[in-house]
This record gives sequence, structure tokens and C-alpha cells, in this order.
Amino acid sequence: MITFKGVHKWFKDLHVLNDINLHVNQGEVLVVCGPSGSGKSTLIRTINKLEPINQGTLIVDGMDLSDSKTDINQLRAEIGFVFQQFNLYPHLSVTRNIALAPIKIRRMSKDEAESQAAALLERVGLIEKRNAYPTQLSGGQQQRVAIARALAMKPRIMLFDEPTSALDPEMIGEVLLVMKDLAQSGMTMIVVTHEMGFASEVSDRVVFMDEGQILEEAAPDEFFKNPKHERAQQFLKEVLSPMH
Amino acid sequence: MQTGLDFTVIWTNITYFFIGRFPHGALGGIALTLYLAVISCILSFIGGLFLGLMGISHNKIIRYLSTAILNIIRGMPLLMVIFWMYFLLPAMMGGNVNESWTVIMALTLFTSAYMSQIVKAGVEGIPRGQTEAALSTGLHPWQAMIYIVLPQGLRNMIPSFVNQFVSMIKDTSLAFIVGVSELTHVATQINNRTIIYPTEIFFFIAVIYFIICYAFTSLSRWLEKRLAWRR
Repeated sequence: MITFKGVHKWFKDLHVLNDINLHVNQGEVLVVCGPSGSGKSTLIRTINKLEPINQGTLIVDGMDLSDSKTDINQLRAEIGFVFQQFNLYPHLSVTRNIALAPIKIRRMSKDEAESQAAALLERVGLIEKRNAYPTQLSGGQQQRVAIARALAMKPRIMLFDEPTSALDPEMIGEVLLVMKDLAQSGMTMIVVTHEMGFASEVSDRVVFMDEGQILEEAAPDEFFKNPKHERAQQFLKEVLSPMH
Repeated sequence: MQTGLDFTVIWTNITYFFIGRFPHGALGGIALTLYLAVISCILSFIGGLFLGLMGISHNKIIRYLSTAILNIIRGMPLLMVIFWMYFLLPAMMGGNVNESWTVIMALTLFTSAYMSQIVKAGVEGIPRGQTEAALSTGLHPWQAMIYIVLPQGLRNMIPSFVNQFVSMIKDTSLAFIVGVSELTHVATQINNRTIIYPTEIFFFIAVIYFIICYAFTSLSRWLEKRLAWRR
């Protein structure tokens, strides 16, 4: 579904992605973790070309992102993206936030798109907020709307860029539950997160990154019980018991 | 010897102040001032949007073109732009251009240049994440601009737009220099004819300009409130 082959990316002199080789299968749930500045956000942002790569090959859903013939807008419509800062449109109601892209891109009728939006809001447990505006919602609610907005395009892949990092602790659970439900429905997912509970319970594979490189790639049980790389051991120690 | 102010000169010429020689001749006075202002507002809104979006284009040539137009206009007095249009437009269009339209074109060009800077700043003030969210759902960059960035940006731009439009309304008075019979021109005509009432006449048109500008400001404040989304 997604294949990185020898991918490099630089921000000026900073080597943010250094020889990335990774393959994600259809239906797989992959968690990417690592210290901040390790390149994990950049990694998933390259998949829908919010960040272009400088070198190597990146194939998503059979399309080569470096090929000028690839219609990037069409590809992005097949990939849902959930941001750390939610990025809901503040001038549109929750329903309009969700229905906009299906109406404009999928040529859905307004009624059809809005009833789909209602179904998605039902799924993320926010049907009563359908006419609210984003700023009237809590962070956790906004993020669930953002997930519904991404799902409205019926994507084949869902990308999550630290979806719970901007949330108050008591709101993290409600967002993770929606994501878990999505994972169990067979969605292909790549999740950048520090939520190790989610990684061990829901993911099929964990990737550990540092300084733009993938240092470790393992099944969650393996990764948590027996991390091989020294920096992965250090990272897990800090994330799992920050006081020590 | 006359003492105090005598406003009968206003009342005896009131229709001339309001509509000029209309309907027996061309429209003039306050009506023409409003006409110039409204048309120039609409056109310079469109022009400013256009120039502003050119200024943030990914295409270098388009961006430089926008900056060049801005710098040329900014370096010229408005009166010069009006003269310019007055002599240039007829030469280009073959000598048959309505004088009001040369003024409208001059005001539009001049105001568009300043509006473009407001548009540019307004668009750049919207967080990058808004565009990224729109793009990530598959919207084209121009759709992200039209449905997501501009509606939010325009709302923030309204106060600056109002400033620009208000000074443009007042600048319509410069049209008198090329003989367009808007309010100031009509006032100078009446003043030349009656000779002894300049204070009354120019006090009256000052009040009229104030009323027009104040009404416009109030209208936009109302509009701004209506466009506000719940925060």
C-alpha cells in the first residue's frame, strides 16, 4: 500500500529523513514513535505530499509521488490526514466541515453529503454537535470531528500526526477509542504518537525513529519487551516512566 | 454688509447639488459622487483581490508583476494617475471615453494597489494548517483558497478595506480637476456663480462628505457583525 525506498529529505542543511525504507501493507496499523525532532511527523507528511521528498522513491496506493503524471489532489482524496492541531475550519459548522470535500470533490449532493456527515458524527459520538461551530467544542470533540472529516472522503489510508498531543489528558481516551474502532474496521493506518498504550494494544507494528532514521521496526510485544537499539531503550524508559 | 451665514444659497441650488443637470443633462452632484464611489469600490475590491492573490502566487513572474504595479502606483500621487488616465485612456480607446470612467479607472487602479497589500496580509495571516487541512481532503489549491482561506481572511480584512474605501470616497472629489461634475465640481460652479457664499457652500459639501463616509462606515460595521462566526 505504501512503500518508501531510499527516501531522503533535507530542510536546508538538516537531514530530516535519512535513507527511509519502509513498507506498509493494506489493513496494517503502524505506529511511528521517537523523540521530538526525529522526523516522524515529516515522514507521514511526505505520504500525502504535504512535504515533498528530495531523493528516493515513494509509492502510495500504486502511484509514484515523484512522477509528474500523478494527480496529487486525487491521491490526497484517498488519504485521510488528522493533524495535531485539528485544523477544523472555524467559519463553517461541524456538518459543513465534514461535508465540504465530498460536495466539492466527489460531486455529492448537499443532502447526501450532510446525511453522510450525520452518520459519521454518530460514529464518533457527536451527532448532537452537528450544528455547532468548532470553537464551541472541546479539544477532544474537535479532534473527533477532524477524524470524521477525513473519513468523509472514504479514504483507503488514514494518517494521524500526533492526534492526542494537543489534548488535555482527560480527552485523550475518547479520541483513541475512535481510532481503535477504526483500526478494527480494517483501515490502513499510520499513527505518529507517544501513546504507548495505543501502540501495544492496537498496532500491528511499531517503528522507532531518531535523527531522521528508522532505528527499529518490530511487533509491539517485541518492541516493548525487548527493544534492541540503545536509543529505543532510552526513549521507552522516558516515555513509560518519565519521573525516573 | 452681510453678517452671519446665509444658507438660502444651498436651498435654491439643492437639486443641482444632488443630481446636477439631470434629467435635462448629465447626472452630477452627490448622485455622481456616489456613482463614482460605488463603481470604484466594487472594481477595486475585485482588482485588489486579483493583485493580492498575484502577489502570493507560486509563479515568480506573476509575483514580480504584482509588486511592480504596486510600486509604480505607490510612487505616484493620485492626481497624477487621474491625469494619466484622462489623457491615456482616450488615446488608447480612440478618443471616445466618458470622463467619469477615466476617473473610475484611475481610482480603481490606485485603490486596487493598496487593497492588494491588505489582501496579501489577510491571506498570509490565516494559519498554514487551514490550507493543509483543505489540501489533505483532496481540494485543489484554488479551492482551498476560495472556500477556506479567503472567507476567513476577508473577514479580518474588513476594517482595513473600510479605511481604504472611505479615503477613496473622499478622493472622488479630485475628479473635479478633469471637469467631472461630481459634488466638489458642482460646488465650485455654484460658488463661481454666486461669488459671496463660499463658506456656506463648502461647509455644506463637507457635511455631505461626512454623512456619506459615516453611513458607509456604519454599514460595514453592521456587515462585519453579520459575518462574524461564533468564537
